[in-house]
Parts: sequence; structure tokens; C-alpha cells
Amino acid sequence: MDKKRRDFLKIAGISTLAGLGGPAVVDRLVTGTSPVGARAAKEIDPAALAETHEAEAKGHGEAGEVAKTGRRWGLVIDLRKFREDPELAEKAIHACHSTHNVPHFTNKRHEIKWIWLAEYENAFPEHSSYYKDKLTLDNEVLVLCNHCDTPPCVRACPTKATFKNKDGIVAMDYHRCIGCRFCMAACPYGSRSFNWRDPRAGLDMNKLNRKFPTRMRGVVEKCNMCAERVGLGKQPACVEACAESKAIVFGDLNDPNSEIRQMLKTNFTIQRKPSLGTHPSVFYIV
Amino acid sequence: MYDSDKIIPGLIIFVLFITFPVWYNHGDASEVPKPELPKDVKECVLPVADMRAEHMQLLNRWRDLVLRTGDRSYDVKIAGKEYQKSLMNTCMQCHSSKKKFCDRCHTYASVTPYCWDCHLAPVE
Repeated sequence: MDKKRRDFLKIAGISTLAGLGGPAVVDRLVTGTSPVGARAAKEIDPAALAETHEAEAKGHGEAGEVAKTGRRWGLVIDLRKFREDPELAEKAIHACHSTHNVPHFTNKRHEIKWIWLAEYENAFPEHSSYYKDKLTLDNEVLVLCNHCDTPPCVRACPTKATFKNKDGIVAMDYHRCIGCRFCMAACPYGSRSFNWRDPRAGLDMNKLNRKFPTRMRGVVEKCNMCAERVGLGKQPACVEACAESKAIVFGDLNDPNSEIRQMLKTNFTIQRKPSLGTHPSVFYIV
Repeated sequence: MYDSDKIIPGLIIFVLFITFPVWYNHGDASEVPKPELPKDVKECVLPVADMRAEHMQLLNRWRDLVLRTGDRSYDVKIAGKEYQKSLMNTCMQCHSSKKKFCDRCHTYASVTPYCWDCHLAPVE
């Protein structure tokens, strides 16, 4: 057979073009529109336009304040009450840590914290502490996990060990935690602690709360807003510890008639680092 | 066969050596473990055979229901009494000894579940 190289290249070129362009041509013939035409049609349709805008807004985290359906547990912490009674904070911390078998290590690097005291300027770095009154600067702020409505730790967790439950509590499933500490890097409030050591070494094994487990070495832990107590209709341990003073009020942020919403309505409150868009569920009366 | 006077004794020694674990341990198979059952309660969450075969799946299911779904209701019925879904607060209330109940089979079967890394076994 006598075939010239020139003819072979011509046939090869044409079949390549047909192979690449053919499906597109067939598509256009079948649907009867060109991609340009489709775009034009979408621009004219106002409903479709609104939809895309909405989707974009959500993508940029501009959905405004949080979901309003279902329950969302939250706390209001009245710092005035804690200034009146300096022992109250210690009481709340002790109640929390003994309920949840939180170990105590003197070495700062091994420290495990669920609820603790922080300086005002560290707790609220976005609020100016320039020429702040002495009372505010001299008193520490009780801080804990904010149980954010858009929790960055949950997005960071590769195993879904940390997740937001149906009541708005950012919970941990220690069975799943692999100790990667991405959540600790993601949390802007430093609410998470890593168990560098066996936590049982930092606990008095005779004074444990035998209704609640400890943790093991190599997992991250944090406040669980007493999910195990709240689930049974009780108040969180820290709230119960300051019961009569009402220094911490617990309730459903989505229920307009709840005590916590009345507190928020009648008091000026601030949140920690609001500009980050995490929508904390913990509010402070300064 | 050449050298059969060396090969045959060699083979016999080889076979004896290879089967050493079989004839050395013959006749003293360790006994099937007998976990100590609670004396005052005769019923468990599921029938005995199911508990024996599936207690681990049951515990995983409870864990997911309690932690993930947040279902902490007292919906486990044992002998007419209602309990919550909990290893520490339900199972171990009747099976009050980990050593005499859990460990007996687990040691025999050479399994080491990590439950007790976090969960607290009853004081013994």
C-alpha cells in the first residue's frame, strides 16, 4: 500500500479535531443553545440571580447571626458578681474540674483547662484596655469554651471527633480523637488542652467522680457545657456552683422567653473576639 | 537410598521438633473461662447468647446514641427497671467486678479493649 506521510498526517489531524470538537457540537445541537446563550438566559432570570447571590453570601460567612431553630444552649457570665465575691470563680472552676475529672498538673506545659481565669486584655483583646478602669484591669475574667455557632475547631477536625450537637454544644467524642491538635490551632480562644501525659497521673484516684470517665494520653479535651448533666435536665456544674448569686446564667439562646434572653435584653453584654465570626454562645456582662 | 541411616533419623527428629507444641501441650488445654455473674440479677440487656456475641456492638451503638445523637434517656429495661445507656453507670453497676467478669474472657481470648483507658472500672 502506498501511503504518503503527508496524507497520513492530514487524516490524523482531522480525526483529532473531530474527536475533541465533536461532542461539543453534538451537545449544542441537542440542547439547542450555545454556552454563551445559556449564560445570557441566566442573567435575565431574576430568581436565578437572587439564588446565586444568596449562595455567595453564605459562602462568605455573611449569613448574619446564626440559626434560629432548635435549641442553642448558652451562658451569660456576670463579671460584676465575680468581683463582689472573689472566691466564686474558684468555686466554679473546682466544681467543673471535679465533676469531669480534669487533672491538675503544676507544669504549665501539661496543664489541662476546661474553665479558668484570664486577664481582661487577654480575654478581650479586641476591646481596648487603654486607660481602662482599675477594677476591670485588676480582676480576672472567667473563660471557657465559647460553644461557637460556627465553630472553627469542628471545621478543622479530620475525624469528626469534635462536632456541634443538636443543642448547639460543641462536643468531643474522645473515642475518635487522634490527637492531631488541628482543633487547638483552629480555636481562637485557647479553649482546648492536649493530654501530653496520662491524665490519671494528675488526678487523685480516690476522689474521682465515678459517674464520668477520665481521658487518656494523646487526646484533646475541653469544656462540654456539661452535656451529660444538661441532657438529664440539670444545670451545668459551674452554674450550679454559683447558684444563689446568679453569676452565671444558663439557658436556651433561641427561646425568646428564657431567662438568659431576658438577661441579654436588659444588660449590655460583650463576646470574646466577635470580629472572627465564630458567634460565641457565651456572653459577658463586664 | 544413599545415606538412609542419616536421613531417616534426621527426618524423625525434624518431625518431632516441628510438632513440639502439639505433643508438649497435649491434654492440658486451659479451661473455658467462667466469668462471675451478678448474684441478685438474672436478666441482662439482651439474652445471654446475644450479649456474649454482640456486647461490643451494643456498647458502640450506645456510645453513638449518647454522644452523637444526644439521646441520654433511661430507655434500657432490665427486669422491669429502667437504666441509661452507659458502661460505667449501667453495666458495671451489676457486673461490679471488672477482674472477675470482663477480664476473665478478655484475657483468655487475648483481647485488650481500650475502654478502661478512660472509663473507670469499679473499685475492687
